Amino acid sequence: MADKELRAVYAETLVALAAEDPAVCVVEADLARATGTGPFAKAYPDRFFNVGVAEANLVGVASGLSAVGKKPFAATFGCFASRRAFDQFFLSANYSGLKVTLVGTDPGVTAAYNGGTHMPLEDLALMRTIPGLVIVEPSDEVSLEAAVRLAWAHPGCVYLRLQRKSAPRRYPAGEGFAFGKAKILRGSEPADVALLALGALEVGEALKAADILAAEGVTAAVVDLFTLAPLDIPLVRGFAEHAKGIVTCENHRLSGGVGSAVAEVLAGMRKHAPLATIGVSAGSFGEVGTQDWLAEHFGLTAPHIAAAARKLLA
Amino acid sequence: MIRTAPQGPATRAELVELGSRALSIRLACLESLATLGVGHIGGAMSVVEALAVLYFRHLRIDTGNPKAPDRDLFVLSKGHAGPALYATLAEVGYIPRALLATLNKGGTSLPSHADRRLTPGVDMTTGSLGQGFSAAVGMALGLRMDGQRADGSARRCFALIGDGESDEGQIWEAAACAAHYKLDNLTAFTDANGFQIDGSTDEVQGLRDLSAKWEAFGWLSFTIEGHDLAALDAAILRAEAEKGRPTMIILRTIKAKGVPRLEGKVESHNAPFTMADFEASRAALLGQEAVHG
Repeated sequence: MADKELRAVYAETLVALAAEDPAVCVVEADLARATGTGPFAKAYPDRFFNVGVAEANLVGVASGLSAVGKKPFAATFGCFASRRAFDQFFLSANYSGLKVTLVGTDPGVTAAYNGGTHMPLEDLALMRTIPGLVIVEPSDEVSLEAAVRLAWAHPGCVYLRLQRKSAPRRYPAGEGFAFGKAKILRGSEPADVALLALGALEVGEALKAADILAAEGVTAAVVDLFTLAPLDIPLVRGFAEHAKGIVTCENHRLSGGVGSAVAEVLAGMRKHAPLATIGVSAGSFGEVGTQDWLAEHFGLTAPHIAAAARKLLA
Repeated sequence: MIRTAPQGPATRAELVELGSRALSIRLACLESLATLGVGHIGGAMSVVEALAVLYFRHLRIDTGNPKAPDRDLFVLSKGHAGPALYATLAEVGYIPRALLATLNKGGTSLPSHADRRLTPGVDMTTGSLGQGFSAAVGMALGLRMDGQRADGSARRCFALIGDGESDEGQIWEAAACAAHYKLDNLTAFTDANGFQIDGSTDEVQGLRDLSAKWEAFGWLSFTIEGHDLAALDAAILRAEAEKGRPTMIILRTIKAKGVPRLEGKVESHNAPFTMADFEASRAALLGQEAVHG
């Protein structure tokens, strides 16, 4: 059976939640076709709002819905969710103590043919500055469904980074997840190197890199971080104490994202394994191309991860 | 229990009562600003009558419970008029009047800009202009999702924006959205006091005919004298009777109304204000009341 498109899982989960909870509603900004929330609009037309191409109002309306007890899921491309509506999400939603799940789709190089203008390589960095905000990027359909349900149950705001296309299944149905708890997908603590990855693309590349390294006799643990905030600090510290190297893998620019968050943890340790960071270089904007070309171009793929690990162990 | 809806226009006695509330709010607000020594006097003073008519007549609230689940909601989108809202909430009884003296002091629950987490009775956090108005649209949508009250009335959301605030693009995003969703449970006001920080609204960023703009966006819109209690009452009644579209009431107001030294002046936006200024304002206001009362 082919893996489902992640956006279909997003919409199905929302439809299921809406049946359980009349407060669940969806707000779109003329990207419902991209987000794939058509089934929700059809099932619950009175709880589906499309504000048009107006992202500031998207987040403002979602905040207002929350202020009267609703549980809104608002979505747009990640570039707009972060760069364009940042003040609205910061102030009207988070600072105000409300509960808005903001979904940023097409993370990093998955924006592909929409190109550099639409490529969110800084959304994690921006969102990470908001106190108390949960930042979650699932790696497959099981972890996505869990993330949506956790966001629904969470009392505060959540930023959900959502790749629209399908991703290989990593977890059995019903696997339990919690915000702030990473998953070790391969290997365990005394490993030569720990590959800490966020999101479907980089979790997949980290797993491939572990295969490459295994063929060379290097044991690599692969961690699906699941949430960037809260970060699973005990897990990061554990690998920093016991592994010979740590490589962070993010589909994001190397300023303020996963590598930075892990470096902040290591900076507080007297002694820790050396760190290498995989991501789009801090000096680069996004570009246009296929996802595969972009991932290779920006050095996000398995051979780059394996090379970084080798360098740490040399 | 929330208060019942008004049955028809305010009587003369009710207008006198509203006038007395407005005076009390104005004085309490000015005193809190004088205690601090500085503040957003101009835009606080221009909205006092609108707040008095809302909080003492039209908002269906429970004066004993700021969180009553079936209450109407109010969003002060021009959040810098917070001090006027706080004086109003003290007059209602949601916060103790003595608290007004803590305005903007470290650890206060009364910050310069309205904050729903800190102040009982504040329904939305505002201050980054334009944002409160979007939230009000979301609130009105959410209230409509819940359907009518047991008595068959609709829960309503009221919002107050500034004429300077109307420069924000988000105001017009929200305007289009509210009309699209036919939010007749949303009634808004523009405090058209004619000034923003850098000058008159015409000099800085002339928006021309505001009422015509709102009409073009699909709202019922009309202009009234914003310090006229009877006109405010009648305007809100008209808005509540309107079906199928939201209403924007443009209030022609005087910035820093009631403060002789600053009335109608650009520098009143955020100005030093001493106890001597307060005493001068109080003497003038009580003198006027003696003449009109």
